[in-house]
Amino acid sequence: MPRPLEPVSQGARVTLGISFFVLFVAAWAFATLGGFVSRTFLADPITMLQDGWLLLTRFGFLGDIGITVWRVVGGFVLAAAIAVPLGIMMGAYKSFEAFLEPFVSFARYLPASAFVPLLILWAGIGEMQKLLVIFIGSVFQIILMVAVAVGNTRRDLVEAAYTLGSSDQGVVKRVLIPANAPEIAEILRLVLGWAWTYVIVAELIGSSSGIGHMIIDSQALLATGQMIFGIIIIGIIGLISDFLFKAVNRTLFPWRLA
Amino acid sequence: MSNTILQIDNVSRVFPGVRGGAPVRALEPTNLQVGQNDFITILGPSGCGKSTLLRIVAGLDRPSNGRVLLNGREIKGPGADRGMVFQSYTLFPWLTIAENIAYGLREKGVPKAQRQEIVASYTEKVGLRGFENHYPKQLSGGMQQRTAIARALANDPEILLLDEPFGALDNQTRGLMQELLLGIWERERKTVLFVTHDIEEAIFLASRVIVMSARPGRIKADIPVDLPHPRHYRMKTTPEFSALKAQLTEEIRVEAMQAEGVH
Repeated sequence: MPRPLEPVSQGARVTLGISFFVLFVAAWAFATLGGFVSRTFLADPITMLQDGWLLLTRFGFLGDIGITVWRVVGGFVLAAAIAVPLGIMMGAYKSFEAFLEPFVSFARYLPASAFVPLLILWAGIGEMQKLLVIFIGSVFQIILMVAVAVGNTRRDLVEAAYTLGSSDQGVVKRVLIPANAPEIAEILRLVLGWAWTYVIVAELIGSSSGIGHMIIDSQALLATGQMIFGIIIIGIIGLISDFLFKAVNRTLFPWRLA
Repeated sequence: MSNTILQIDNVSRVFPGVRGGAPVRALEPTNLQVGQNDFITILGPSGCGKSTLLRIVAGLDRPSNGRVLLNGREIKGPGADRGMVFQSYTLFPWLTIAENIAYGLREKGVPKAQRQEIVASYTEKVGLRGFENHYPKQLSGGMQQRTAIARALANDPEILLLDEPFGALDNQTRGLMQELLLGIWERERKTVLFVTHDIEEAIFLASRVIVMSARPGRIKADIPVDLPHPRHYRMKTTPEFSALKAQLTEEIRVEAMQAEGVH
């Protein structure tokens, strides 16, 4: 038995990580191919792959994937561009925080998916509506989390900067922001994951393209293989974006790993 | 004293009570004059207000009463004219050693070429050549505090304030750091205010030891240290040194007992 908190080697980590995927697919294959679950409700892995191949080659699913990725990234970048500066301001200036924090805390609990009907009313069923769903779902979360991170900056670092002659602005620019940059990147990585949930919801209603739209279309045809393929694609894209985020963070913030 | 650089006038500090508790008198009205080029150590048990006094001089805390004058100007807040070294490691972790030392110069707008020159000279003085491009995390505690001293000195402050800078270091490293700091002082004669609870450290470094009493803090004794310079670590075993140490040990012991409630 391994000891609590005992580290594992890199090789063992990869092997263990992959083996659960294998186990998962094996259990799924056993349940479906073994005839324990009706095909109507759950496609087997092989059908899923065949359906997926069809989707990609015949039905232009790559275009759907592209449009969904664009929506997530678009809405998310929009949210981040507004939320990160606001969060930094709130973390740095307590009066600003007192002014905005109660509203943002309230707005954070407004479910983005509940805005879909309203947004359709306001913005139609075009791209703007999709972007807005993701924007609403992400912006308040980012603001609050960034504000908390900046507010928790080590006080002794701020004091050191002041004794070295920093102005108030200098402290914000050259202490608060660089000190929290890695954490802000981590917050963005986390919220990007949530943004994926919102985009699918946005695409399930009033949409004619995207992964979510394909899934809702497949439901009408009881094509569970296609639905599962769509869901798995989302998972894979999430995994890739996570990996990219981490790689970028590593190169941007080498001092963290030093 | 005609060449007074720092004048502490009737400075006291009362911290408001927490959740309706009684206010805490951290520092009784205190007067102190620091002469140009003095190396003053402030010695006292924990909770005697010595750090509070130093933070007030740094401008990081405000006195409840009284005022502090640096070269005749009243201190209103922190500034580059008073360099500070903290007990905790306060190097900016995202900057390299060289960038940390250059921080104050950059804030001041010193041109890059001149900045590099100053950084190189202080890196040399604290013995960190070859570590310019390391990040603080990669350095030992002693090296980090040496960088912090270099960072404060690179700014060319009028007075250097140190708040138990070697408190977290092991005994051997601490001894080396004392010699390094003293060596710099002997060469540059920067005015220094150094807070410590270590009696030997207080004597070895100082031209004057200020002993503070337990809470509420006030100055209890002001003892000149006339040991010759340059000082060598072997001085710590001379009879003169031992006599001073015995005297200060007595002074401090009473205070420590009071602070701990032992009678």
